Amino acid sequence: MSKFVMPSLGADMESAVLMEWKVKEGDEVKKGDIIAEVETSKGVIEIEIFDDGVVEKLLVEPETDCKVGDTIALIRSTNDSLEEDMKQDIPHVKEENTEIEVKQEVPHANDESKTEEKHIKISPAAKKRAKELNVDLSKIILKIDGKIGLSDVENAVKKTKPDTKAIDGMRQAIAKAMSRSNAEIPHYYLTASINLTPALKWLEGLNSNRSISERILPAALMIKAIVLALKKVPQLNGFWKDDTPQIIQEINPGIAIALRKSGLITPAILNTQEMSLDETMKSLDDLITRTRLGKLKGSEMTEQTITITNLGDLGVESVLGVIYPPQVAVVGIGRIMDKPWAENDMLSVRKVVQVTLAGDHRATDGRIGAQFLDKLDKILQKPQELL
Amino acid sequence: MSENITYREAIKRAIHKAMSEDDRVFLMGEDVGRYGGSYAVSMGFLEEFGSEKIIDTPLCESGFTGAGIGAAVNGMRPIVEIMTVNFSLLALDQILNTASKLLHMSGGQFNVPLVIRMATGGGNQLAAQHSHSLEGWYAHIPGLKVLTPATVQDAYDMIGLALEDPDPVLIFENATLYNSKGDLDVELSPVEIGKAIVRREGKDLSIFAYGINLIKALQAAENLANDGIDVEVIDLRSLRPLDDEMIMASVKKTHKVLIVDEGWKSGSISAEIMARINEQAFYELDAPMARVCSAEVPFPYAAHLEQAAMPQVDKIIQMAHKVMEDL
Amino acid sequence: MKLDMAQAEKFYSQMLLIRRFEERCAEAYSHQKIRGFLHLYIGEEAVGVGVMDALSDEDAIVATYREHGLALVRGISPQSIMAELYGKAEGCSHGRGGSMHLYSADKRFYGGNAIVAGGLPFAVGLALADKKMNKNRATVCFFGDGAVAEGEFHESLNLAALWNLPILFVCENNRYGMGTALKYAESETNISKKAAAYKMSSHQVDGMNVIEVAKATQKAVKSIKAGGGPQFLEALTYRFRAHSMFDAELYRDKSEVQEWKKEDPLITFEKRLIELDFEIDTDKIEKEVAKIVEDAVEFAEAGTLEPVEELEKFVYSQRDLS
Repeated sequence: MSKFVMPSLGADMESAVLMEWKVKEGDEVKKGDIIAEVETSKGVIEIEIFDDGVVEKLLVEPETDCKVGDTIALIRSTNDSLEEDMKQDIPHVKEENTEIEVKQEVPHANDESKTEEKHIKISPAAKKRAKELNVDLSKIILKIDGKIGLSDVENAVKKTKPDTKAIDGMRQAIAKAMSRSNAEIPHYYLTASINLTPALKWLEGLNSNRSISERILPAALMIKAIVLALKKVPQLNGFWKDDTPQIIQEINPGIAIALRKSGLITPAILNTQEMSLDETMKSLDDLITRTRLGKLKGSEMTEQTITITNLGDLGVESVLGVIYPPQVAVVGIGRIMDKPWAENDMLSVRKVVQVTLAGDHRATDGRIGAQFLDKLDKILQKPQELL
Repeated sequence: MSENITYREAIKRAIHKAMSEDDRVFLMGEDVGRYGGSYAVSMGFLEEFGSEKIIDTPLCESGFTGAGIGAAVNGMRPIVEIMTVNFSLLALDQILNTASKLLHMSGGQFNVPLVIRMATGGGNQLAAQHSHSLEGWYAHIPGLKVLTPATVQDAYDMIGLALEDPDPVLIFENATLYNSKGDLDVELSPVEIGKAIVRREGKDLSIFAYGINLIKALQAAENLANDGIDVEVIDLRSLRPLDDEMIMASVKKTHKVLIVDEGWKSGSISAEIMARINEQAFYELDAPMARVCSAEVPFPYAAHLEQAAMPQVDKIIQMAHKVMEDL
Repeated sequence: MKLDMAQAEKFYSQMLLIRRFEERCAEAYSHQKIRGFLHLYIGEEAVGVGVMDALSDEDAIVATYREHGLALVRGISPQSIMAELYGKAEGCSHGRGGSMHLYSADKRFYGGNAIVAGGLPFAVGLALADKKMNKNRATVCFFGDGAVAEGEFHESLNLAALWNLPILFVCENNRYGMGTALKYAESETNISKKAAAYKMSSHQVDGMNVIEVAKATQKAVKSIKAGGGPQFLEALTYRFRAHSMFDAELYRDKSEVQEWKKEDPLITFEKRLIELDFEIDTDKIEKEVAKIVEDAVEFAEAGTLEPVEELEKFVYSQRDLS
């Protein structure tokens, strides 16, 4: 007995529908006779028998979809030599239900410590050399743009005195600038105590309706308020160059950010004058992230028009900053503290912050400074207008 | 003993020598005979060798390239000249589906010792359909060899090397190079197919180039030397096979890579070289690899636009600086 | 042409061999032993047998993807052909080519080509070299009616006539280029006329009649070898099967096929022999052919697969260039 299978008629044929049998069980058939009509993707094709014999059994009903290679009929063959061939194992396509594991990537919350180590930009050659020379990459000075190259690794090894290069380039730059500032700039200082309770309350209410990623931090609120105040008192936003004050249109406040390993850096949020509170928050967040990753743009390091230093979170009550030349002002923000507050002859407790302005007396005087602080206070009492 | 002659003259001499010494060699293509060769390479050949050896074909690239294949398989050594790479597209089927594959499809029975020469490149305001540099495309095809002589010596040597090769060899002659002059020493042993040559040794940056861009790269290197950048310039000489060994050795030395390629950037031979360097010498890289290629436009007619679309010495210099400054 | 018993038997058994071999291929294909594309010569046997009869060993043949029959008659062993179809290393193309790329250097059989009209320029080249080397032999180039539309057909005929090359173009006009009838492909359906326009000696011949084909080819080859330049034969024939295995033949009527089957070259040849009073033992030949075919299948079944490590062989001659 030989099996008649659904024939393969083409490389891309996987199955066909048996439409109609052209023979009956018991019929005598000859090689070349048409046994059935099958419907394929290309149309109806007649399929033929390959040997002589008698149709023993038709195994499939008309209009059944059959896979190529399926046995669809049995033929009692009279041609022996062909039987051997028919009995050969027809390769079956193995159907394995392989379950593909889909790994769910859980997005990590912005874990700064982790990302900082993973994403140091280092060239393959440098990495290889560091390994060869046993150089601890964390000790290598991160340049402003944060890339480590071969020469950096090689220089790290060239150290004769272990600590000379330990003073990182940035520290040196800061040292230089501060010395110059102290030497050249006549500073004046003004302080204001600002009742932040309404603003903070308002902020709380705003944030309660928002997802975590959309919440506004008090720092952003302060920055936005300062920006608005600067719009009213623009003389504090600019430079002292060549013995003249230069008031700058764009307000690019340098935000003092502490780096984990070394020092303080004050990259600017660029063009805050057009930003909404949300945009300010986003920019601040982005700036801090990139600062920690060493991915700042050149312009962010050089185009600050004023500096804001917020050491309040370190517990300091007020900050008397040092102006970074050629800027003409520094705004220092202290810790927000619960303080007794007298208003309308009543005593109560309020969240109070001390804001200090350091000004370059060549560019502005106390009057301008006082105006600024006054405006700032008033702006912070109407937080809803900060949006 | 060397002579200072043109690239054109070098090719001419090489073909002349081959035809004089081997009866099986003949030249076939459009206007190679009565016209004297569209780039004057075969000027005077018809008179000297006769019409059996110098065959002016009708305009049927597919027809005469296929005929070249058949003649090569049947015992001759034809040099088929396709006027420019632009017209070779009409013969692409014969080149790809027959020449490159016959050895394989026949299970090793029939090799195709055919040489096809084509002019390539832009820069002469011949506009979009006459300015391609498709040698990088051809280098994609297994079974072919793709040669790109930049020097006069190579222009000479490669004819002989190609005719000796049992497999189909495509030689791409940058049209702008025909008039360039250089030294030819016929006594020198030719450097084999598949070997690149260091044309200028250096330690700061490796520039890989071929054809006319090798010349531009060398010019850029001179300029960069004034800025204290010591450039190593490597003449690839063949795009298939590429000399991986030489390329990686250079990368190991300088750790910085710049590739110059007149093909359109996307999917060009520069991309292939970068992929190979990534695969074989990643840990040697001290900066991202860079390349100067043609802009992704059909070549415009207006001179300033065309020049802006192509690799130039100043672009190479600029890009070199960028690579150097990346760290 | 003198038809004696020996010749008659030869013609019959060659045509029958092709017929049975092709039928066996269809069976093997339906059982997935042969894969890819399969184009059968069934119905066209008289053309292959007739043309080959007039050729000598030193002549060259260039063919198309429907070339099993031609390869068989040319003398490439049925075993190596079947092994090739099975993809085995013992195949005539080492298993690298398959049905559409049968080659044999010994028999000057240059394939097998999957690009319609792709072989014509190549054949012109073979003939060109013969002329240059003063080798008095012919190149025969087979192609179908579909190829006539390709530019390469025209380029090649022009070159052959222009350069007076020793080449015989044989157009196997089976009326259909895959699913497109000739009348939908050509403004001038008389193909021999087109060839004549290139100033080439050009004739039509009844492709179902092996004797006529043999006669016409003999004449053509004689002329070629006498330096008479290229010749063109349009053999009017028909394929009884579909273009390839996977073809529902929606483009032609079953009745047309039935009509043409009446002209089956095997049947008409048998009739002719009866008329001529030749008695050939068709049963004996049938048995002999069956054995040859079975041997071929056995050989192919027992064949080996080329080791995968050798994949990159045959890309360049003998050397290890990657």
